[in-house]
Amino acid sequence: MLRFIENLDRRWLFLLMGLLVLLPLLFPLALPLTVSPRVRNFHDAIAKIPDGSTVLMPCDYDPGGIPEMVPMTRTALKQLFDKNCKVVVICLWNGGPGLVDRVVRGVAQENNKVDGVDWVNLGFKEGREAVMQVMGQGIANAFPRDHKGRDTRSLPIMKGVRDYSSFPLLVSISSGYPGTKEWVQQVQSRFHLPMVAGVTAVSAPEYYPYLQSGQLLGLLGGMAGAAEYEKIRNEKGTATRGMDAQSMAHVFVALCILLGNWVQWMKRKGGRA
Amino acid sequence: MPQTGPRLAVRLAPFAMLVVLLASAHPVQAQGTAAPDTVLADTTAATGSDVAPAAPRPPSKLTVKDASNDAGRALELQWVRSPDDLPGQSLVTQYRLERASAPSGPWTVVDSASAGSESRADQSVTRDTDYFYRVTAVGPGGITPALSVTGPVRATSQWINQTRWSVLILMVLFFGFVLFFISQAQAGKVPFVRRIPGIDAIEEAIGRATEMGRPVLYVPGILDIDEIQTVAGLVILESVARLTAKYETPIVVPVTYPIPFTIAEEMVKSGYLHAGRPEGYDPNSVRFVSPEQFAYTAAVGGIMLRDRPAAHIFMGAFYAESLLLAETGFQTGAIQVAGTANVHQLPFFVVACDYTLIGEELYAASAYLSKEPKLVGALKGADLMKITILILVLLGCILETANIHVLTNLLQTQ
Amino acid sequence: MKRELPLMITAAVGLFMILSFFVPHHVVSVPADFLQSSAIIIVAFGYVLGGANVLKLNAEAIYRRNPGWIYKLILVVALISTVVLGLFDGCNRKGAFLEEGSSSKWIYDQFYSPMSATMFSMLAFYIASAAFRAFRIRTVEAGLLAVAALIVMLGRVPVGSLATSWLPGWLQLPTMQEWIMEIPQNAAKRAILIGAALGVMATGLRVILGIERSYLSGED
Repeated sequence: MLRFIENLDRRWLFLLMGLLVLLPLLFPLALPLTVSPRVRNFHDAIAKIPDGSTVLMPCDYDPGGIPEMVPMTRTALKQLFDKNCKVVVICLWNGGPGLVDRVVRGVAQENNKVDGVDWVNLGFKEGREAVMQVMGQGIANAFPRDHKGRDTRSLPIMKGVRDYSSFPLLVSISSGYPGTKEWVQQVQSRFHLPMVAGVTAVSAPEYYPYLQSGQLLGLLGGMAGAAEYEKIRNEKGTATRGMDAQSMAHVFVALCILLGNWVQWMKRKGGRA
Repeated sequence: MPQTGPRLAVRLAPFAMLVVLLASAHPVQAQGTAAPDTVLADTTAATGSDVAPAAPRPPSKLTVKDASNDAGRALELQWVRSPDDLPGQSLVTQYRLERASAPSGPWTVVDSASAGSESRADQSVTRDTDYFYRVTAVGPGGITPALSVTGPVRATSQWINQTRWSVLILMVLFFGFVLFFISQAQAGKVPFVRRIPGIDAIEEAIGRATEMGRPVLYVPGILDIDEIQTVAGLVILESVARLTAKYETPIVVPVTYPIPFTIAEEMVKSGYLHAGRPEGYDPNSVRFVSPEQFAYTAAVGGIMLRDRPAAHIFMGAFYAESLLLAETGFQTGAIQVAGTANVHQLPFFVVACDYTLIGEELYAASAYLSKEPKLVGALKGADLMKITILILVLLGCILETANIHVLTNLLQTQ
Repeated sequence: MKRELPLMITAAVGLFMILSFFVPHHVVSVPADFLQSSAIIIVAFGYVLGGANVLKLNAEAIYRRNPGWIYKLILVVALISTVVLGLFDGCNRKGAFLEEGSSSKWIYDQFYSPMSATMFSMLAFYIASAAFRAFRIRTVEAGLLAVAALIVMLGRVPVGSLATSWLPGWLQLPTMQEWIMEIPQNAAKRAILIGAALGVMATGLRVILGIERSYLSGED
């Protein structure tokens, strides 16, 4: 038995992990969620901005971020559209514009929002932090044309948008570099633009110092953060459905650690005997 | 060997002097003064109808001043809201900011601010040009002419950002420490550097690859050259290339971005040259793959499984691919050494690699590997700065606990 | 001179960019903005070099029928067809690049998106195998680390909250994981970050002053 577990082909682990992720997605367990203060603050920061204002929303992720980032993007957009806010979306990841456009367009259509009037996707621009800095001189300077190739300055939504000072809030949804960290360093700290962020679970701890310093007003960390946000908004999105699967995966990884150590311990004990 | 560094430092002394001289320059701030009313609003006029709401009364006390710490790119407007701008009421929908080059006009709307606002920055100004401003309140009932005109005001460039003194002082201090210890090291006082097992393991890994007759895989992170971790990774690459040249072991370097790719080629060439084996350099050893994270990961995984390198060295910035690379590498049985300052990826490397350089060790690696006195001196300078920061952190904690915010305020920047 | 000139340019531009952080005056900020915009353009030109290298290396391997040449052939075909279709979409105003219905969007949706998501999702499986294989408790520190890891992992998902809901508040897993993440984790992370930031500055300074200059060429 001990030898069997010790020499276990890792593909068995993969199979088990696959099943534990798949089954809860097919047969939900509906485990209860508790909302953390960070997520509550994210929601409240958006709730506090004046109705009808224009918000900047950089969506810096690519298809790898679909499970964690897309639910955050959808829920944040819904909350903003419910307040009649206008949303300016950009993407600094070369692999993201197609995905981001599909997500934003979908939510906008569900909420009967007009492209170019209630929301706009300015698309992708190469240059990472340099783009953020150029935007400080004027949003249209960095993005003279939007994702569809239209003249940015001619769009109704951009009439009241000049630079960062035109936005009461920056909502950064990012799964890496360039992303939330760079928006804090390059934009929040220089232009003092209030900011909230949605990030991957693995990188969330990196942003706790920014929360403590007040540079971030709220934070969604990974799928759990997205699911808690959905709970506040009384929605049953993909993050809420995914949380059961994530619970099972976490339990399985914990069991792997314990089992691996048990094998090691038994071996040592056997050696001593 | 030319002493370019210190010689250059001496030449750069005038630059430092210039910074200090510039720092003593005082910015000139323009302050707008309220001019007499040009248009008087009859805010008491009856509208004569209950259906149509009255136009909102205008805002008052408009002041305009030059934005501080900038290149003359903005003017900051402040006003007192219209008496009709009350929460929950919609008599005022927005404020309209108008600008002219003479008090008599013609006026141009330059910006607008939502109801409830009391300030706005006009970022569309031309430097050193006189402007006049007025603000009107707009509502469903129309617009009442502005109470007053403010001006003339002009946006001017400032020579020093007054909020960044603390950064300047600490930076000068840090550079001073580094340069001092570099000169000390050159004079023969080379500081002691503790043993870093992770870096020692690199040579062991290359030695093993040589014994097995298999190549060494070197991954310099997945970011571009503007990330200092990539620079550090590429600098270490040169030392690693020297070793592979010495042991006559092939090296494979897949790279994500074009500029690190060209530099990586130079580094490997340079390593072979320094080792006295320029003919051993293989032009195909450095490969441009793709800036796309997972395409790159798939390619490196392919190299691991097909070419079977016996040593994997990961040095630079890593993200989600860290465990994908390290776990695939583990399956091939290679010795793995990793180093990154991306803190959230460290646990994956620690678990899946034989040795891991944590944070700062990545930046110290090139000094440790090359034993170059100037580089080792720079390490000691950084250590002294760390002690300074430690003292500042402790002092800050004590002062904040005692409700004294002087240090915190001093260190805040814009 | 071949070595001195690049060093001087590096030093001058590096120091100028440092200066621009402290001096907002237009004499400094305008050229600094120009340099930042130039960086974007230079990066774009760099891709030509990269693309040429990809084609050169893989064409050689295909020609020589090296092991795995078939994968390299797929790579070259995919690269050329994506570039050609992307250019065609970009130049054609009716079907702009990545617009709904364009061929570049089809490539993105049918190939790029699922392949990226697949690679990322493999992490879950690799974490499981790494946890089973490598997370060994050999010392007291490793034991503490494992306990903390288990608390955080379970405390972050509903199952942990459910399993300990009957305990007093401070003993519940979500509360404990929150404390671990907020206090010891944050403190350790900040220490590493401060050290790393100094490393960044020192490396930057070494490059600017030409101490770290092996990237220029191997000549001495």
